[in-house]
Amino acid sequence: MEEKLTLFKNRKRFGIEKNIDIIFKNTTLVLSSLVAIILLGIILVVFFQSFESFSRYGLKFLVTSEWNPVKDEYGAFTAIYGTLVTSFLSLLITIPLGVGTAIFITEDFVPKVFREIIGSFVELLAAIPSVVLGLWAIFVMEPFFRAFFVFLHNFFGWIPLFSTEPTGRNSFLAILILVVMLLPIVTSIARDSLNQVPKKLRNAAYGIGASRWKTIFSVILPAALSGIMAGVLLALGRAMGETMAVTMIIGNSNAFSWSLLSPGYTISSMLANQFGEADGSQVSSLFYAAFVLMILSLVVNIFAQWLVKKFSLKY
Amino acid sequence: MNSLYYQKRLSRNIGDKFFTSLSVICALIAILPLIFLVTYILYKGGSQITPELFTLEPNPPGDDLDAGGINPALIGTLIITSIASIIAIPVGVGGGIYLAEYSKGGAFSRFIRFGVNVLAGVPSIIAGVFIYALIVSTKILFGSMYSGLAGGMALSILMLPTVIKTTDEGLKLVPNELRYASLGVGASMYTTILKVTLPSAFRSIATGVVLGIARAAGETAPLIFTALFSYYYITGFGDLFYEMGSLAVLIYNFALEPYDAQNKLAWAASFILVLSILSVNIFSRILAAFTEKTKRV
Repeated sequence: MEEKLTLFKNRKRFGIEKNIDIIFKNTTLVLSSLVAIILLGIILVVFFQSFESFSRYGLKFLVTSEWNPVKDEYGAFTAIYGTLVTSFLSLLITIPLGVGTAIFITEDFVPKVFREIIGSFVELLAAIPSVVLGLWAIFVMEPFFRAFFVFLHNFFGWIPLFSTEPTGRNSFLAILILVVMLLPIVTSIARDSLNQVPKKLRNAAYGIGASRWKTIFSVILPAALSGIMAGVLLALGRAMGETMAVTMIIGNSNAFSWSLLSPGYTISSMLANQFGEADGSQVSSLFYAAFVLMILSLVVNIFAQWLVKKFSLKY
Repeated sequence: MNSLYYQKRLSRNIGDKFFTSLSVICALIAILPLIFLVTYILYKGGSQITPELFTLEPNPPGDDLDAGGINPALIGTLIITSIASIIAIPVGVGGGIYLAEYSKGGAFSRFIRFGVNVLAGVPSIIAGVFIYALIVSTKILFGSMYSGLAGGMALSILMLPTVIKTTDEGLKLVPNELRYASLGVGASMYTTILKVTLPSAFRSIATGVVLGIARAAGETAPLIFTALFSYYYITGFGDLFYEMGSLAVLIYNFALEPYDAQNKLAWAASFILVLSILSVNIFSRILAAFTEKTKRV
């Protein structure tokens, strides 16, 4: 009897061990809440810093394009227009290319080894820093496309998008370098969601006599659509926030122009260019622009997550 | 009678051929420029590599043809990325442990996972703007403004989501039997986590973390107005509180210089950066493939 009691006594946890356990749990709890705190902190700090400019211009800031530190007048329309145009147009080029490549990788046109090599190569490209892509764009892409831009202007100059004489860096080049950056994202996400479509569906379609591309268009692509869409939205978020490569090649001019062949601005390139040297109410206006950029990318990202949850594959 | 044979002229077969060639063209258009890009960077940058590059300071642009080296930027990148890792890894691993081991899938953990995804989508320049407002402009770090420390903090914000996600997912893959066994022999929760589940998820977590570090090493946008740039050697601990160069910012600054010597330095720095990032990526991929094979056996 006596012996048994001491045995049970030893089985009890020491108070110190219990405390360590509780402390450990709460520490990890605090660390995980840090994410939410940082996220909220970013939103609040950027908002409060932009408050001066916000109360001065209100929403007019979004639609006027004068950016004049001397006169102390600020409006971000050129940058917002540049952000939207470069990201949407680059996505427009990337989607067919990326999805086409993903189909090529997931179908059995070439042996599996080649497809795997191509797939991992595309993924590796996502790892190349954007500043290096910018360097490449300045010294290789710009001279390479110069003649093409002159051609575009000469033959399609009547379209407002090509209405200016091409001189060096411009928005079109920014769109092209964005395509290079987005391709790996769209391709790898589209490939993953195509791979997740169950084999049964494909076999069933083949079984009732559908041809390969009938199967792809009517069965496989629709089944993978939500994943592809989420990937596209993630890429859109990336395109809007992308800074370095775009800043280096877009030409950085605040003079508004519809033309893609003239130098332009995006919100992020404006921040990268002016933030270091800005003072006074210019800083606040830059924070306002940053706030706009953040809201844009938050909306896109949250929508992407919602889409994944709502329409994830149910097979 | 012919219906058993493949008929070229059938519209469905023509259509199939057309789309197949279209997807091949897509793949070619997508991949050829990318191959060209990588080989060009490696070739152009590789031809600029000299031993002095690793030991000298860069000369201020403009005065002579000799651009010097990139030693301060190289060391700076190592320091800034280490600072970012020192902040992001404990916070991220700890947060991931809570999500995977303690939370029971309730509203809080769903909110945090959502927040992690949102934070991963925040543009990198916003992280720089945030740290600028919080630390650089307030001079909160012992009166220093632009500093390597601030740059490291900005990068840690970008690393954090990756670390949390890989920890969370790595721990979720650990079979529950291990946890039951450990708790069953009387281990407390924290002993179970530190001695059983974390070690068995170590490899997948480490891979994700290393990839996150490699990614952060190439980030430029958060550094251009937090760490700024410096031409001078890093000599001591005190330099943490002053402007600090990094390979990424060096590439940005020198690519925009009109002088050939500086441009060449930018290419050399890109070579080093791209080569190290790619080799880390390839190595971790091989390692992952290798462990997958051994697991199956």
